[in-house]
Amino acid sequence: MSKRALLLLPVMLLLGGCETLMPEPWVKPYERHYLADPIMSFERDPVAAGYMNHVYEAREAARGAEGGSGGGCGCN
Amino acid sequence: MAVTDVKRLLSLLAVSLLTTNAFAAVLPEERADTMYHAYSGGGVTIDGPSVLVRKNIGNSVSLSANYYVDMISGASIDVQATASPYEEQRDEFSLGADYLVEKTTMSLNYTNSSESDYQAETVGFGISQDFFGDLSTLSMRASYGSDTVMRNDDGDFSDFAEHRRYSLGWSQILTTKLIAELSVETVSDEGFLNNPYRSVRYLNPGTELGFSYQSELYPRTRNSDAVALRAKYMLPYRAAIKSEYRRYADSWGISSNNLELRYTHPLEEKSLILEGKLRFYKQAGADFYSDLFPYADATNFRARDKELSDFTTTAIGFGATYQLPERWALFNRRNTVNLYWDYIFFDYDNFHDVRVHDGSTDYLPGEEPTYSFNAHVVRLFWSMWF
Repeated sequence: MSKRALLLLPVMLLLGGCETLMPEPWVKPYERHYLADPIMSFERDPVAAGYMNHVYEAREAARGAEGGSGGGCGCN
Repeated sequence: MAVTDVKRLLSLLAVSLLTTNAFAAVLPEERADTMYHAYSGGGVTIDGPSVLVRKNIGNSVSLSANYYVDMISGASIDVQATASPYEEQRDEFSLGADYLVEKTTMSLNYTNSSESDYQAETVGFGISQDFFGDLSTLSMRASYGSDTVMRNDDGDFSDFAEHRRYSLGWSQILTTKLIAELSVETVSDEGFLNNPYRSVRYLNPGTELGFSYQSELYPRTRNSDAVALRAKYMLPYRAAIKSEYRRYADSWGISSNNLELRYTHPLEEKSLILEGKLRFYKQAGADFYSDLFPYADATNFRARDKELSDFTTTAIGFGATYQLPERWALFNRRNTVNLYWDYIFFDYDNFHDVRVHDGSTDYLPGEEPTYSFNAHVVRLFWSMWF
């Protein structure tokens, strides 16, 4: 075995081990009825959520990381 | 099999289909929203319509279009101190397309915003991927905005501003009742970044009031980072709470924290969903902000924009969504009417109210009371699902 292959061995062992270390998805598709409820979405109404981000961004210096409804207002 | 058993079986089947789809990658809901929005506070009213329509083409493409208007009237404290009241309108058009392939959604969007003295165009690209048994979603987005800044009172003035935004999001189902999301976003601006009309004031003992004004001057670059963590939890009865925390910092020395708590409570028998929220925001202002500079041209950069000062905002909000009964539902679709109202209190620590000098010499420059005001924000909209 060449020196390069020896160097790669720990990496391969680590990657191989990942599969067994990786947990199984713990919430099954049939257990998601609570999460599927519309009241569980972060923002139910994109039109109103986008507007509120615009209200905040125009009056506070902070911007960004608003989640799905962010993106800047193109105004000064 | 009894009829009730068949019904129960069908409803179980419907729930299982719904829940399977709810967190596998799916296109956004097909719906149309028509909204009237109004912000009123600090002497300014900004209101107008917003119409958002989203429609699918086949099973893998979703298109969206938004028309949004801000009609601005009145006079903010800056305008009352140094200029005359004005009226203005901003029109914004957005188009978006989402393309779904298995567990990956790619999106493209374009926005055009137009005012008499400001033109802005933004293009964005995003990609999101579901994995780990659809418990996790990783999303990335990049956008580029190019603006032209003008002055209504100076036809020769024209400058540019560019904005580059990069965001990363990780949403994770943690338990059968808890979902969390981590978002980070970095924004890089370059160009003319201040409001061309706004002024700073400086001590000038030779004048009647003891101070004078000169134009603001901001750095031509700004880089910011924001990180937010939000979570939503279903309570033991059918109601949900949301919490959100965001930390922000930028190269102008501004840093802020905000916290939001929201409670959503459906009243099924009345077809109502009620919502209440609290939001707190605290900001430490820009390094080059001052309410009163010691003399003209005292620093390389200068600002007296109250949005760059030290301040806090406290907001409380209530809202209701009412699902129209079938006899009123247009086109036999699901229709809702929604009314949301927020009350926001802005309290500035180092932005002083210079209007007290109007006809009075009781205050020395810099010793005026600090400014505060409250605002009402209303969203009234009708939504229809296709």
